Formats: sequence, structure tokens, C-alpha cells
Amino acid sequence: MAEAALRTAPLDRTRLVQWLQTYGVYAGVAALLVVNTVITPRFLTTENFRTQAVQVAPVIIVALGMALVIGTEGVDLSVGAVMALAASVTALYLGYGLLPSLLVVALFAAGVGLANGALVAFVGVQPIVATLALMVGGRGLALVLLPQLKDLRNPSLASLGSGDVLGVPYLILIAAALALLVAFVVRRTTFGRQLLAIGDSRPAAQLAGLPVRPVLIIVYVVCALLAAVAGVLATARLQASDPTSLGNLMELSAITAVVVGGTPLTGGRVNIGGTVAGAVLIQLLTATLIKHDLPPSWTQIAQAIVIVAAVYAARGRGKR
Amino acid sequence: MAPPAEVLAVRGLSKTFPGVRALDDVDLTLHAGEIHALIGENGAGKSTLIKLLTGVYRPDAGEIVFQGRKVSFATPLEAQKAGISTIYQEVNLIPLLSVARNLFLGREPRNRFGLLDMGRMNREAEQTLSTYGVRVDVRRPLRTLGVGAQQMVALARAVATEARVVVMDEPTSSLEPREVETLFSVIRGLRDAGIAVVYVSHRLDELYAVCSTVTVLRDGRRVHRGRLADLDRLSLVSTMLGRDLGEVREEGLTKFTGEHGAADAEPVLTASDLTVPHKLHGVSLSIRPGEVVGLGGLLGSGRTETAKTIAGALPARSGGVTVAGVPLRAGSTPAAIRAGISLLPEDRKSEGIVPGLSVRENIALAALPRLSRFGLVSEARVDSVVDTFIERLRIKASSPHQKVGELSGGNQQKVLLARWLAMNPKVLLLDEPTRGIDVGAKAEVQKLVDELAADGLGVLLISSDLEELIEGSDRVVVLKDGAVVGELTGDDVTEDKLMRTIAGNDPARDAGKEAAVDG
Repeated sequence: MAEAALRTAPLDRTRLVQWLQTYGVYAGVAALLVVNTVITPRFLTTENFRTQAVQVAPVIIVALGMALVIGTEGVDLSVGAVMALAASVTALYLGYGLLPSLLVVALFAAGVGLANGALVAFVGVQPIVATLALMVGGRGLALVLLPQLKDLRNPSLASLGSGDVLGVPYLILIAAALALLVAFVVRRTTFGRQLLAIGDSRPAAQLAGLPVRPVLIIVYVVCALLAAVAGVLATARLQASDPTSLGNLMELSAITAVVVGGTPLTGGRVNIGGTVAGAVLIQLLTATLIKHDLPPSWTQIAQAIVIVAAVYAARGRGKR
Repeated sequence: MAPPAEVLAVRGLSKTFPGVRALDDVDLTLHAGEIHALIGENGAGKSTLIKLLTGVYRPDAGEIVFQGRKVSFATPLEAQKAGISTIYQEVNLIPLLSVARNLFLGREPRNRFGLLDMGRMNREAEQTLSTYGVRVDVRRPLRTLGVGAQQMVALARAVATEARVVVMDEPTSSLEPREVETLFSVIRGLRDAGIAVVYVSHRLDELYAVCSTVTVLRDGRRVHRGRLADLDRLSLVSTMLGRDLGEVREEGLTKFTGEHGAADAEPVLTASDLTVPHKLHGVSLSIRPGEVVGLGGLLGSGRTETAKTIAGALPARSGGVTVAGVPLRAGSTPAAIRAGISLLPEDRKSEGIVPGLSVRENIALAALPRLSRFGLVSEARVDSVVDTFIERLRIKASSPHQKVGELSGGNQQKVLLARWLAMNPKVLLLDEPTRGIDVGAKAEVQKLVDELAADGLGVLLISSDLEELIEGSDRVVVLKDGAVVGELTGDDVTEDKLMRTIAGNDPARDAGKEAAVDG
């Protein structure tokens, strides 16, 4: 009898921790939804949900790229700068039409991604340092191209920012489509499997003949492109290009979403569903506190608690 | 003489992990000045027992009595402070700190200002290490030392901390024979100083050389304890494996069956004049289909470098490799793999397996592009390949989705073999394929190598285990200081000849004046 107790007790605890690691973030989102339904007036309205979703969409899009980079045991600090760069470049080339300007944005973003990837893959600079350089330089370039806030009057851009299909804003549709696409890439493609292997053990991946450098470069390019998409969408929603403040601290929000979503910083695992839920969790938390008129400092403290909780849950993963 | 005091007594220790009864009611008693061998196959529970003793895990049941008191260590540090030191298979020191700093880490001598007394530290470190046969500049970063020397530093550090019990988990796995001798004399010194030593090793020679008593674990239970001298090698192996004595005797200690390969076939692989600065100086060799070529030599003689250069993982300054007559682009692992060269690296844990991925993902890793269409992985094709190899190589995993990091060493090695066999290689380069894996799995891997050679693969076998090298190879190329110093063929492939070639006797003279040397 005592024997049985000894056998099951550690099992149950392990199961609980495992359950928390996998579903903790979803449980957090569900809990916040329930609490808000009870305590927040007018929470359960379509309007409110639309607002929340529109606000979180750019974070989700950036976090998707960040999750891929973190999966390779890297990190990309330059995503906020890329958003700013996308905003300036959009403003500069919008005169040629929306599509041409988007192409130029993509070129710039790919350039930043290539630089990040090349520094990491070929020069062997640590990701945090390589992307720090581009974080500073990228925003600098954005400000050189467009020194101050500029109002944009372009109907196509405006409709990208505020249009919808059957009441669902484009922003949300785009974020959802990208999340599904990235999840599919991670799970089902050769590229996704190779990315995870490289993140888990780069020497082993190298000796197994995997295209380590190309994969790393593509990952950083994809991350920059996703950040650019977020930058363009945010600009479209603002109807103004604001390279000074757009994307500020976005790298931290994205990393938070990824970590809270259960993707370990040590690489080798990417949890896309968790990343999306992580971004939503932080968004709901912030909204809840703001709606109840708590000062922004409280929001930051609450975020910190969520991060610590996520890290604590992930802690059990490394050891047994 | 009074019987030596009981230092450590373990009673009824049990530990369960999800799904596995890792240790089941195990007893262990250690006396002062006893060198106790702890053996068992991988997965028998040795590591679990050690980790329970040293506070890494907590037991589910049972008690540990240390120096007369019941103890329960919460952390390895607590155990170490109480007097139980452990030296792990992998060196756990800080690579970037100096040798002396590592040796004194956490108990550095201070001067009167409370600052580190570097002068004294370096002097004492030099003194201490010289008793371990390590003569190096102690101010150099630890990582610049060879693995063997690092192991000695770890040992010196563990012993210096007032230990009453020293646990050594495969301390010789990366040592050269000379270093092993030094280690043994240090261990005997510990014994004479009244310290109890738990010695874990797969190498039977070593056990018989230093240990007086033995505990054999199998499937988490203690199946034997007693004086080592009362148990001969075959009985020891059969106790460990739980196999019939006659069966072991009949099959021999290694699973190799001997000759294969046609002597006149065109070589499937030739390497000519491979030169890597400071590492290889013009190494040439060739392998015919179906032939197992051994690569002999001491640690640091360039065996691993030769294999890595052939596999494109180490850029050569000059020299070339051909596969089936076609020259290979140098310095490219993917090119070597496409040409049919597969390397099982020496450092299985950090260069071979991808520990966080499943058995299935690990097996399919190299072959992924072949198992995909337009970049999309075909799960059905992956499954069929994975199932085939799990069955063929008898890989023991709870399911194909179990993480490779959780498997025993032998099964990890089989997963790596499967990864390469899925690529239909022409040449297999095996760098220490059986190091650190248990006797049963070792036999299976050896048998597999034999079968693969019989199927027509060319095999390059690197092993520090002379028995394995001699019995497994048709031919042995001997390296010394990055150059080929001899080649043994046919009846010359013997342990004696190999030792003499490694030791540096002129191989030509050896061949010519055999009678004179032997007589």
C-alpha cells in the first residue's frame, strides 16, 4: 500500500508539471477570459474582442518569427527596428503604389535578415550580439530615411489597416494565416525538422550533413520578413509612418510571448500554438488591468509574474 | 588488526522514474580503504545508485547511513561537503578558468587582504598535480589541456576536499594507458589513506587491476556481491548479463567473426596524403568493399582527425579522398555524405545524437531530403524506414517517439547507425563505436559491423579497445603523431604486434626479424 503511494505520488506531480508546461498558457488565457467575463463590464462584446485581437496581431506576427529563431538557439533583437524600417520605407515608396512599396519593404527586411543570418552562420557572432548591431543600425537607418512622423493618405493602405471580411479585420486574418503557415512549416517540412535539429545540437546537425548555414540564414530572413509584415500592418492601422516609436520594445514582447508559450530558449523546440496563446495572454492581462484603471506600472509587474511563472514551469523540462 | 570501519551503508534503496523501476531494494556496504567495483549493463541502475548517493536524486525508499549517521543529501554540494565526492564520466569543470583556479574552485587561498593569493594557488596546484603525473602550466585555461589531463584535475579536486568516499564513474573512458596507470596508483594511494572508492567501469581489466570487492546490478536489482577475486571474468560477465556461462564462453568476449573482403577488389575509398596542420601529416589509406580496416594508435595520434577529414568535417590543407574512384570535394560534409561516406563520431552525446528529438526524428535526420517531396516530409516513408531499422538493429525504446537523450548509450549508438544505414552508405567510419556502452549492446554493435562488412560495406574502425580492434579488423593501419607508422595484415594482426608498432618499433624491422624478436 505504501509502495503504491510511493509509486504514484511522483508520477502525478510529474504529470502535473508536464500538463502545466504544455497547457499552462492556454489555461491562463481561459482563466483570464472567465475572470473578465465576471468582473469586467462589456467584456463579452464583439467590439472588445475585435479591439484586443487587432492590438495583439502584430505581436503575434513578430513572435512567430522570433519562435523560429529561438528554436535554433538564437534570438533576434532587431525585429522592432525592422518594423520601424518597414514604416519608413512604406512612407517613402508609397507614391509608386502600395504593391511596389511593399516589395521594397520586403527587400530591405530581407537585407536585414541576411545580415543577421550571415553574421550568425558564417562569421559565428553570437545571435544576441549580431542582432543587437542590427537593432541599433536598423532603427538608425529608418530615421535617416524618414526623420519624423509622417501622415499617410493612401486608400489601399488604409483599407489594409482597417478593412475586414465579414466583420473580421484583415489584420487578424493575416496573423492567423501566418500562424497556421509557420506551424505547418515547423511540423511538416524538411526545413522545419532541420531547424529543430540544428537548434538542439548544432555539431550533430553539421556532422549529419544538414545544410546548417542556409537554414540559419533563411530563419533570420523569415523572422525579418515577418517583422516587416507587422510593421506595415501597424503603419496601415495608424495611417501614419512613425519610425521613432513604432516597434519599440517589440523584441521583448515577442520574446515574452514565445517563452510564456513554452518554447525553451535552449533551442530544439518550437511551440507555435503556445506562442500565439502567450501573446494573447499578455494582451488580455494588460487590457484587464487597464480596464480596471490600474496604472501601467502594475501591468509591467503582472507581466513579470507571468514570465517568472512560465520560466518556473519550463524549469522542470531540463531535469527529471 | 581491527576490521576496517564501515563508512557507508545503503539499505533497501529504491527509485522509480515514470514507467521505469530504476533501482529496486539495493544494498551496498563500503569499508574504509576498500575499492569497490560497481558494475552492470547500461540501464542496470548504476548511475541511479550513484546519483542517489550523491544527492542528485532522492530515494523513494531505503536509507543511506554515512559514517554511522542516517543522511539525506538534498544537493550534490551537500554530499560533497559531508565527504562523498564524485568524478563523472564527463569532466565537470570550468573550461575557461585556469587549471589552478579549477583545482581550488570554492576554497581558494586568500592573502591578508582577503584577495585571491594567486601565487600560492599556482604553486600548490603545480605540486598537487605533479603527484597525479600532470605537468602543465597551471595558469593556462583548463580547456587547453587534453581530456585525460582534465580528468586528472577533476580527480585531484575531488580528492582534495576531505572526501571519505570517492565515486568514480568511468574515470578512464578518455585516458591513455599511461594515464590509467597513474590513476591506478592514485586510487591505491586513496585506499591506503583509508578512503573508500566506488569504481564504475565497463573495462574488466581495470576492475581486476584495482578493485577488491564487487557489486553487480542487473535491471535495478543487486544480483551479486563479494570479493572480486572469487569471480573470474566469464562468471562476472555472465552474472552481469544474466546469461548462461557456456553461452558466453562459446561466443567469446567480442562478437567479431573474422575475415571478410576480397583482397583483390578495387578500393571503395582511398585517402591519400591527408594533411591537417598540427594534426595529420600525410596520412594515406584505402578500404576495399567488405573490408574492416582498423585504425590503431594512442589518444592524440590522429585517428579521429583522419576519420573527420575523410568525412569532410575537418578541412585538409592537402591530400584527397576518392570514393569508388571518384574524387571527393574536400571539406564538405554534405558532399562526403552524398558520395556515400558515413561517420559515427567519437563524441556520441554532443556530435552524434540530437538529444531532444525523438528516436524517429534522429533516424530520419540525414535522410530527410530523400523522404520528402517538395520539402514536405512524407510521414509514411519516414515511418517505414524507422520501423525497419528499429527492428533490424533491435533498438530498445518505449516508442519511436521517445527522446533519444533518454536511451542507453548502446541504443543511442544503434540509432546513429540506423541514421546512416538509411542513407545506403558505401563506407562507414566508426570512431569508438562501443565506447561507454554496456557489454550486451557492445556485442550487438560488433556483430552488426560484421554483418555490414559482409554485405559489402567498407568499414574504418577506430577503437582504443585492443581486443576489439584486433578481432574486428582484417587489417590495421597504425598512426602515431599524425602519420602512418605501420600496417598489420593477415596473421600479423595480433595484440602483441599492434602494441609494438604503437610503441614505435620500426615496423619494417618487425616484419623482417620476427623470429629474432619473438625468440
